[in-house]
Amino acid sequence: MTLSSTGRGLSAEAAFDRFRTRVLVRFQDPQLRRAAFCLLALGAGIGPLLAGSAKAALAAAPTDGADTLLMLVGSAMVLLMTPGLAFFYGGFTRSKNVLNCMMMSFFLMGLIGVLWVVIGYSLAFDTGFGSPFIGGLGTMFLNGLGGELGDKALAPGFPISATSFALFQCMFAIITPALISGALVERISFKAWFWFCLLWSLLIYSPMCKMVWGGGFIGPFGTIGAIDFAGGTVVHIASGVAALVAAAIIGPRTTWPNSKRPPHNVPFILLGAGLLWFGWFGFNGASMFASKTAGFPFLTTTTSASAGLLTWCMIEWFKDGKPTAVGAATGAVAGLVGITPAAGFVYMPQSILIGILTSAACLIAVRIKAAIQFDDSLDTFMVHGVGGTLGALLTGILASKTLVPADYFPLSAKIMEESGNFGLFIAQLKATLFTYGFVALGTAIILWVLGALMPLRVSAEDEERGLDFVAHGEEAYDPMTN
Amino acid sequence: MKMITAMVRPSKVDAIKTALLALEIIGMTVTDSRGFGRQKGQIERYRGTEFTVEFLPKSKIEIVVPTEKLEAAITAITEAAHTGEIGDGKIFVSPVENVIRIRTGETGKATL
Repeated sequence: MTLSSTGRGLSAEAAFDRFRTRVLVRFQDPQLRRAAFCLLALGAGIGPLLAGSAKAALAAAPTDGADTLLMLVGSAMVLLMTPGLAFFYGGFTRSKNVLNCMMMSFFLMGLIGVLWVVIGYSLAFDTGFGSPFIGGLGTMFLNGLGGELGDKALAPGFPISATSFALFQCMFAIITPALISGALVERISFKAWFWFCLLWSLLIYSPMCKMVWGGGFIGPFGTIGAIDFAGGTVVHIASGVAALVAAAIIGPRTTWPNSKRPPHNVPFILLGAGLLWFGWFGFNGASMFASKTAGFPFLTTTTSASAGLLTWCMIEWFKDGKPTAVGAATGAVAGLVGITPAAGFVYMPQSILIGILTSAACLIAVRIKAAIQFDDSLDTFMVHGVGGTLGALLTGILASKTLVPADYFPLSAKIMEESGNFGLFIAQLKATLFTYGFVALGTAIILWVLGALMPLRVSAEDEERGLDFVAHGEEAYDPMTN
Repeated sequence: MKMITAMVRPSKVDAIKTALLALEIIGMTVTDSRGFGRQKGQIERYRGTEFTVEFLPKSKIEIVVPTEKLEAAITAITEAAHTGEIGDGKIFVSPVENVIRIRTGETGKATL
């Protein structure tokens, strides 16, 4: 904005003159000058602590059509990941539990879809409470978001419509608790699952979102200064750790490990992994919030998935003699999990390296789990927890300075400026440990409270009968339906 | 009349059907089934965990033939289902008291 002599105000010169005579002159008074100096020093000290103060560097810009379209298309793609996950998980279960397993994901498109709009988004991204750990109640029902037509830009420096951002985030909120279901299938009661997801989404997911992406404690505008491009901590570490804790509290299936069954439908697993891969382009790619520069996250996403698939199959081929279809699907997902926190911060060679390392680490984790006979049924922690953790740490080591601009990541860029990738690695490590502690404790408390109010798992007889019929009164493969 | 129950490899069902049709044996029932004998099971591996799948898929073919066609039918099935490996299957033969065609009420050999 330029000072102009037109309009109802004073001319620039006159305004400055007035300012000089009425304000500046007084600072010539020595006592006032001293007081002002102290105030300035104090301001410089607390300035960086005020969240959002650094955002002033970002220019306000009108909503961009192409960028907003990227968000809308990205949202639709991420939505498809949830039924994709349902197929991915559903293929692994026994045929008598497949509908229940798929419903644990699919149902959340209803529950969280409403919850997010009503209050979840507000708790994650509003600033009402002024806390670095939780949002506020100001944007309940997405009230006022994007103006009357929903087309107002999100914030300075983010020329996407605020509504498209809320929608995009909604899809993340849906799939994150769905990921946890993998550790609990074939025994958790559906009622307990309903209440667990409702509480977990409000008490764990929304605060995680605030802390990492909403200018809160963990993120680049907060205290730790960690970066998380598309959800390494918020989605994968959080769901993985919650899965581990929940599986430990709820306990193994009664049939585990003595009468294990192989996956009932491996083609489902491949279908699900394919849908996840497709949706992940939206998950990571649209997390750039800008269509012109989304090329890198799209590319790193797919190269890491490819490297992960290849790595898992090659290890199996050398070690067991045959590459497996289940291994290909799992390796691809591991690569996708690994690249999630890094997708917009690294170039191609690093993305391939992340895919290889994550896939190998997850494979080892899955085998350790099998050896110690812990019933994280579908390896949620072993893939999302381990892969997410490794991805978050590798982001610290491999992030390229050019791709972490100070405008958008002030604290992280400062850390990299001062102590390079090692400094960022330490920040990522702190963020990871903090997330482990917060999510593990929070999940345990939710389950202990729920466990006091209702049985968390079905009876052994119901488990034997199969949860499709017990929980839903349906059968996936009833022989009498033709 | 005799009932032939043949437990065979699922991949051999088409060849057996063709061989039986050549003998003008035109009725049969095929059921997907699972079982094991000397073949035992097979080892499958998912995410590095080994599963022993003991019951392997087999096809159960049931045919009722006039006694004079029994030997020819058994020969045809044996030849069509044979590979020489363990797991080729077995044939059981049992007597049949009567057969009734529901549509016409005919009984006995005339129905075959």
